[in-house]
Amino acid sequence: MANTLQVELVAVEEKIWTGEADMLVARTTEGELGVLPGHEQLLGQLADDSQVRIKRAGGEQLTYDVSGGFLSVTTAKVTVLAEQATPAQPTSPAASH
Amino acid sequence: MAGQVRVLRQKIRSAKSMKKITKAMELVATSRIAKAQARVAASLPYANAITGVLTALASNASVDHPLLTPRNPVRRSGVLVITSDRGLAGGYSSNAIRTAESLIARLREDGKEPVLYVIGRKGVTFYRFRGREITGSWTGFSEQPTFSDARAVGDTLIQAFTAGADDAHGNPDGTPGVDELFIVYTEFKSLMTQMPTSRIFAPLVVEERPRTEAKEPLPAYEFEPEPEALLEALLPKYINTRIYAALLESAASESAARRRAMKSATDNAEEMIGNYTRQMNSARQASITQEISEIVGGVNALAAAGSEL
Repeated sequence: MANTLQVELVAVEEKIWTGEADMLVARTTEGELGVLPGHEQLLGQLADDSQVRIKRAGGEQLTYDVSGGFLSVTTAKVTVLAEQATPAQPTSPAASH
Repeated sequence: MAGQVRVLRQKIRSAKSMKKITKAMELVATSRIAKAQARVAASLPYANAITGVLTALASNASVDHPLLTPRNPVRRSGVLVITSDRGLAGGYSSNAIRTAESLIARLREDGKEPVLYVIGRKGVTFYRFRGREITGSWTGFSEQPTFSDARAVGDTLIQAFTAGADDAHGNPDGTPGVDELFIVYTEFKSLMTQMPTSRIFAPLVVEERPRTEAKEPLPAYEFEPEPEALLEALLPKYINTRIYAALLESAASESAARRRAMKSATDNAEEMIGNYTRQMNSARQASITQEISEIVGGVNALAAAGSEL
C-alpha cells in the first residue's frame, strides 16, 4: 500500500512540478477537497483562479495559483492540468495561518 | 581596365555584406529551431495528460457533445492556415498556402463553402492581394507562439463551430458559422524535411479501441462536476491544445525552412565572392601586363628615335 501520492502538475507550456507528496488540496467547481493516498479515482474541474496546495513529508507545503485547471486522480498518480500555474506569493492564506 | 577592377571590387564588397546578413539569419534560425523543439517537448506532458483524461471521461460517460458529433449536411467548412510572419524562409509559406488551396478546391467540389482563417502575415497578404475574404486573421507570433495566442484562435473557431452553418447569416456578430474545421500546418519531420499537412480537428473523432487488459474491470471514476459539464469544459481546452501543438510545430518548421534558405543564400554568396575575386585578379593582372607592354613599347620607340638622331 503506497502511502505517498505521486503528484504531477503540468501547465500547457511546460511541466511545473512533479514528485511525491502526502496530500494534495484543491478546489473544484463543487468545493474544496483533499486527496490522500488511496483516494478514489476522480476527474474534476478546478475552480477558476483557485489554489492547489501540495503537502509534502516533513511539513513542507507548495502552493500554486492555478487557472483553467483540471484534476485527475488515478490509483497510480494525481495529475493537475492547468492552463497556467504559478507559485503562489509567500503571503498566501495558507502560510499566514 | 582599372574601371573594371573597381566595379568588381564593389560587387565583392556587396556580396560580402549580404553574406554577413544571411549567415547571421542562419545562425538565429538554427537557435530558434532548438528552442521551438524544446517547447514542443515541454508541451507534451500536458497534451498526454489531457488526452488521458479525455479517454477516461469518454469511456465512462455517454459521449454526446456538439464538438463530437459530425453534422449532415456540411454547408460551410472552416480552414485555418498557419503561415509565417516574415519572408526569407524559402517555400515555407507558399507550400502551406498551396496545401490549403488544394483543400479548399476539394471542399468546393463537395459543395461546401470554405471559410478562411489565417495565421501569419504572409498568408494574410496572399489572400488579401487576391481579394479573397478572410474571416479571421492573427499575426505577430508565428515564430514564438504562446498558449494565449492559441487560445485566442481556438475561442474564435469554437464559437464559429458551435454556431454552426444552419443560419445563413451566421453568428449575431456577423461572422459565418461553420460545420467542420480543418487546420493546415507544417509538420516538422526533420531538419531537412517539413511537410505541409491538412487535418480535420472538429468535429473530433472518437476512436473506439478494444480494451487490451480485459481482465481488469474499468475503474469507476468520480466526477466533479457531472461528466457532461466536465466534457463541456474539457473539449474546448483540448482543441486549444491541438492548435497550440500545431502552432509550435509550424514555428519549428518555419525556422528550419529559414535556416535552409539562408544556408543556401550564404553558400551562393560565397561562390559569387570567389568568382568575382578571380575575375578581379585576372583583370588587375591584365591591366598590369598592358601597362608594362605600353612602357616597354614607349621605351623601345624612344630608343629607336634616339638612335636615328
